[in-house]
Amino acid sequence: MKEFYRRLQAIGAMLQKEFLATLKDPASRVVLIVPCILQGFLFGYAATYNLAEVPYALYDESKSIYSRSFVAHLEGSGIFQRVQTLSGSAEMAPPIDSGQVMAVVRISRDFADRISRGETGTVQLITDGRNPMTSGLAQNYVSSIAASYSQELSGRTPLLTIQTRTWYNPNEITQWMFLPSLIPLLAITQVLLLSGLSVARERENGTFDQLLVTPLHPLEILIGKAVPPVCIGLVQATLMLLLSLFWFQIPFSGSVLLLYTFILLFLVSCVGIGLTVSALSSTMQQVMVYNFACMMPMILLSGFATPVRNMPVWLQYVTYVNPFRFAIDAIRHIYLEGAPFSAIAFDAVPLLMVACITMPLAGWMFRHKLA
Amino acid sequence: MVSEGSSVMDAAAGQRQHGEKGTQTMALQSVRIGKTFSNQKGTAVTALTGVDLCVPYGKKVALIGPDGAGKTTFLRLACGLFSPSEGTMDVLGLAVETDAGRIQAKVGYMPQRFGLYEDLSVQENMNLYADLLAVPKEVREERIRHLLTLTGLAPFTGRLAGRLSGGMKQKLGLACTLLRMPPLLLLDEPTVGVDPLSRREVWEIIDTVVKDEGMTVLVSTGYMEEAEQADFVYIIDQGRILASGTPQEVTDKAVSRCFSLVPTAGISARMLQALFLSNEQILDAVPDGRQVRLTLRAGGNPRQLETALPGIPLSFTPVAPRLEDSFMICLHQASRTASSRETPLPPPDWTVGSPSGGGKTVIEVRELVRRFGDFTAVDRTSFSVQDGEIFGLLGPNGAGKTTTFRMLCGLLPATSGTLFVAGQDLRRSPAEARRNIGYVAQKFSLYTMLSVRENLEFFGGVYGLLRQARTERISEVLEEFHLLDVADTLAGSLPLGYKQRLSMAAALLHKPKILFLDEATSGIDPLARRSFWHRITNLAAAGTTIVITTHFMEEAAYCDRIMIQDQGQTIALGTPAAIMEQGEAEDMNHAFIHIVEKKRAERKANPV
Amino acid sequence: MRESIRRIQALMYKEFCQIVRDKSTVLIGIVLPLVLITLVASGMSLDVTDVPIAVVLEDSSPLARDAVSFLEGSAYFEPRYVTSMQEAEQLMSAQQADGIVCIPSDFSSRVARGNARLQVILNGVNTTTATTVRGYLTAGLQGWMQSYGQRTGVSGTAGSISVVGRQWFNDANSSTYLFVPGLIVIVMTLVGVFLTALVMAREWERGTLESLFVTPMRPMELLISKLVPYFLVASAGFVLCVLLAVFGYQLPFHGSCLALAICSAEYIIVSVCLGLTISSIVKKQFLACQLALFVSLLPTVMFSGFVFDLHSVPAAIRVVGHLLPATYYMEFVKTIFLAGNNWFLLARNGTILAAYALFFLALSLRLAQKRLS
Repeated sequence: MKEFYRRLQAIGAMLQKEFLATLKDPASRVVLIVPCILQGFLFGYAATYNLAEVPYALYDESKSIYSRSFVAHLEGSGIFQRVQTLSGSAEMAPPIDSGQVMAVVRISRDFADRISRGETGTVQLITDGRNPMTSGLAQNYVSSIAASYSQELSGRTPLLTIQTRTWYNPNEITQWMFLPSLIPLLAITQVLLLSGLSVARERENGTFDQLLVTPLHPLEILIGKAVPPVCIGLVQATLMLLLSLFWFQIPFSGSVLLLYTFILLFLVSCVGIGLTVSALSSTMQQVMVYNFACMMPMILLSGFATPVRNMPVWLQYVTYVNPFRFAIDAIRHIYLEGAPFSAIAFDAVPLLMVACITMPLAGWMFRHKLA
Repeated sequence: MVSEGSSVMDAAAGQRQHGEKGTQTMALQSVRIGKTFSNQKGTAVTALTGVDLCVPYGKKVALIGPDGAGKTTFLRLACGLFSPSEGTMDVLGLAVETDAGRIQAKVGYMPQRFGLYEDLSVQENMNLYADLLAVPKEVREERIRHLLTLTGLAPFTGRLAGRLSGGMKQKLGLACTLLRMPPLLLLDEPTVGVDPLSRREVWEIIDTVVKDEGMTVLVSTGYMEEAEQADFVYIIDQGRILASGTPQEVTDKAVSRCFSLVPTAGISARMLQALFLSNEQILDAVPDGRQVRLTLRAGGNPRQLETALPGIPLSFTPVAPRLEDSFMICLHQASRTASSRETPLPPPDWTVGSPSGGGKTVIEVRELVRRFGDFTAVDRTSFSVQDGEIFGLLGPNGAGKTTTFRMLCGLLPATSGTLFVAGQDLRRSPAEARRNIGYVAQKFSLYTMLSVRENLEFFGGVYGLLRQARTERISEVLEEFHLLDVADTLAGSLPLGYKQRLSMAAALLHKPKILFLDEATSGIDPLARRSFWHRITNLAAAGTTIVITTHFMEEAAYCDRIMIQDQGQTIALGTPAAIMEQGEAEDMNHAFIHIVEKKRAERKANPV
Repeated sequence: MRESIRRIQALMYKEFCQIVRDKSTVLIGIVLPLVLITLVASGMSLDVTDVPIAVVLEDSSPLARDAVSFLEGSAYFEPRYVTSMQEAEQLMSAQQADGIVCIPSDFSSRVARGNARLQVILNGVNTTTATTVRGYLTAGLQGWMQSYGQRTGVSGTAGSISVVGRQWFNDANSSTYLFVPGLIVIVMTLVGVFLTALVMAREWERGTLESLFVTPMRPMELLISKLVPYFLVASAGFVLCVLLAVFGYQLPFHGSCLALAICSAEYIIVSVCLGLTISSIVKKQFLACQLALFVSLLPTVMFSGFVFDLHSVPAAIRVVGHLLPATYYMEFVKTIFLAGNNWFLLARNGTILAAYALFFLALSLRLAQKRLS
């Protein structure tokens, strides 16, 4: 019993030291706070695929009441902002080429005639393919304006009314998708590095040897090294959660408990990877380089910016070792959709696997460092 | 503080009077130079203040002082790496404030840790500096070859600098600095952390080149016997010059205050030293070969000391003073005004007697081997250490000391052989066995971002001291190691001497049976070293077994037994007296060099 | 002058030895860029293909099936037919369907009456997919409506407007084209800033600079000896990336090679000098690494128009974006790859980058001093 109490004391001392060492170092404090705020706010505003402002040039060959009315509809919402009015087809290319406008709207000469004859008038939309996402959205937008204007012109109920509804994100705001994903993104940039550096720093300063000559069991060292980054990760995740809830006002529809379960699982697997990287390297510089080399592909292969489904099959298999992919998936579904555990249970499997392999490996390598 | 040594200042004054006419006689001359830094909290820290120092052309000047005295700051000022906060300094006729670039283009400077590129080979490092220092093409090859031969690095030109031993790195750094054959050579502790053999070689190189080229040298050092070889000596402490003059002039301050004492049977030299260090008449005591050397305080009377130990006859022989004696006198004088120094320690309980010899074996090493690839770092080493013994591990850099040491502490697995510490193999045994040992690493390796108390709390916790006991024990060691006034200071911001005491305190918190000390005294000043050994003596007297490695050969005299390793093999093992006999010398330094060289010559004659 | 050149040569030789012997330089400078290009070129795409759509046929008449027949032949969709809304919802929550098309039981009869209704439901969790899918589904259904109207004469489209869309510079309509040139910019930033900041801070940390300072070497020479080797490493990474993208992944290249080379050189100088500036400010590897991440890499990914269009972000962030040299290089690279030589844009961005290069060159020279602080 007394022995057990002693072990608890030892773990307690280890944890206390780790927290102090992490929080007292001004350098790591900067790293903990600044990126959190920076990423949260800036990402929150910058990470958007929504159409906010499309500068465009108008080439109205029709110059009729119909064309003017169409343009009024197009510009009505404020998204399409005319910056140039063209008077010849030769003038169409330069403004797009130089990036002054993102689109050219050309209304053909026979536009009004065809409409008044009951035929279909044509509007040509040329977009800048250097930004395919915006191009696609602009086309969708112009099409929908055209459809509603046609509707107005005909004055009849249409043959087919399409009611579209987007569940969990009715206005299709991309920030709703990105902000929940920022919760694990912060962990991957921070917790990975933090846990990686904590062992490498001790090795470089010689304190790790001092630790190894104490009666601490490798498991106790592992707990001491793993718990603080996980806790810091939880705090940061909570900050991000609060930010998306109250600043960006994205409604949360899932179970908080389930959300935190997955965050915790993900943090543990991140710490496992970080500690393994750190056990493989002998200097802090190596940790930073390896970390970096790990982090970029992990983000790319996660579905954070582009869906995993669009990847070739072989690459989709590669993503199975990437805990970030499953964390994003689970958290997005819990946050926006309120998915129950049964729906996302599969996401937990790779996370658990990564944690179960890296943690014992890291613990073993404390003492059996490859020379 | 007025400098007492006269000759240098006279020369300087003379030069100032004669002004510009004639050639300048001073290669370096500082007038009331000072440097103030601001630390993280924004408060000013004075590193140097009002330092007047002259280096005449063609002379060798030594700057000696304890750690943190301002030696490095002075040398950096001299080569324009810092700009002074006050005063002026001329180097080779150029002012450091305005002509830093031209000074840097002329002088040779070897920082304490010479910036070798570790992933470049010896030859590539030399080539780089040859080009940077604009060594003329005609002499370049010849000079590089000459220096490589002189430093003994010629067989290793292809080896990466990072793979060299500490002594070899130091020699390579020196060779790079000397490539230019500068008129003024500034050396910052060129032999710190270097074994006696390499140290002698470094000085041979410096002396050869200086003589051949007529260089002027300013060197800072912590070794008094090195300073004794200089033409002029400056003693510096806490940013001020305490004394200056020729080594003889400075040494003479201690005249008729030095005595030696031959230990009588039953009391070891270190015990006598410890007893006398606590005596108010004694300023300094240090084991020296087979004797104990004592320096009296001003007005001390050796007669009164004869009865210092009741029932034991003591006989004092007056001896000629050494530079170290007056150095200690100067430091003591200065420390009376500065309160930062330690208060004296209590004397050990000498009546227990020396426990060494008859005790049981606590460390047993048989046929220990450690290989790294095809390199054998430790080759079939066997020895044992008894309870309560002080056991010293000595050897040149790269001899296998550290490897042996790390295996003993369970930090490195042995390739073969058996190894028992307190009855168990630390590598295989459960964590419990490690509770019996304490470990102080070569480099300060406690948590710099934690305060003194937090560090102790941590080590108390991991060693399983329960709450109440921990608190009590921590206040005990804080007091014992004079750390109370810095208990809430960050460990990283402590001066070196304090750090060393803190390391000891942390290692002893759990009252280990065996204490491992890896070059624990490297870089700390003589004052702190005295009290360090005083503590070790007290510990051993109380029954703690101590295993220690060191580069200071005079420290071997404190040990009960020592082992000398070279190239992985044990080449001598026995009591200090026996080793000195084997080495046919009256002091440890010479004995060590003799034994190592003899063994190497033998090995060369009959390669295995 | 001759000595100065000799010193620069010696320092550069040293730098090259270190680059060759240090695995991390090769890892960051060459391996990582190639891996990233491969991943992005083969994996990153916002295009929609084979989206599983649950089709609820509450009305299973041939007419209803005809209305959704466009799903069958399309590369965009993969329809799964179910009979009840409940089933479809289950598919959706099990992530086996990203959208639902529900044809109500009265569909056929209402079509006959000329006022049919139809419901499309999308999963907004993957918002980008949802938006694109919505567009495609609506277009497909409207197409059916038009052709049905023409076939039966029940014209529901009198006097309507059709939009003919064309995307210039992206004939394959693939977002990979957008990401690959952008990634080249990211890689240049990474190699230039991150690597340079790290190696320079290492010299401060290891104390090698103290020895270098007390030699006749001038600060300018040290700067050049760092600039040239890392400029070459970054250039090597750049050339490899471009070759891989153009020949391995058929990225179109329409512009002038010379213009690309000049402008890329300018940008590499900007990033290497930024790296040198960072490390002369902080002098510690850890901080240099963090600072490099937060002043260069992160903003470049976020605010230069790499994935997120600067037209869509709030004005304040757009201003930040336009302060970054990366934004101008990003625009330049995208244009020269996808659009070809638009000399006005190329010249404008080239000039801006040249100005940045001069500025950072001057800044790093000013900060390079032979003093310890």
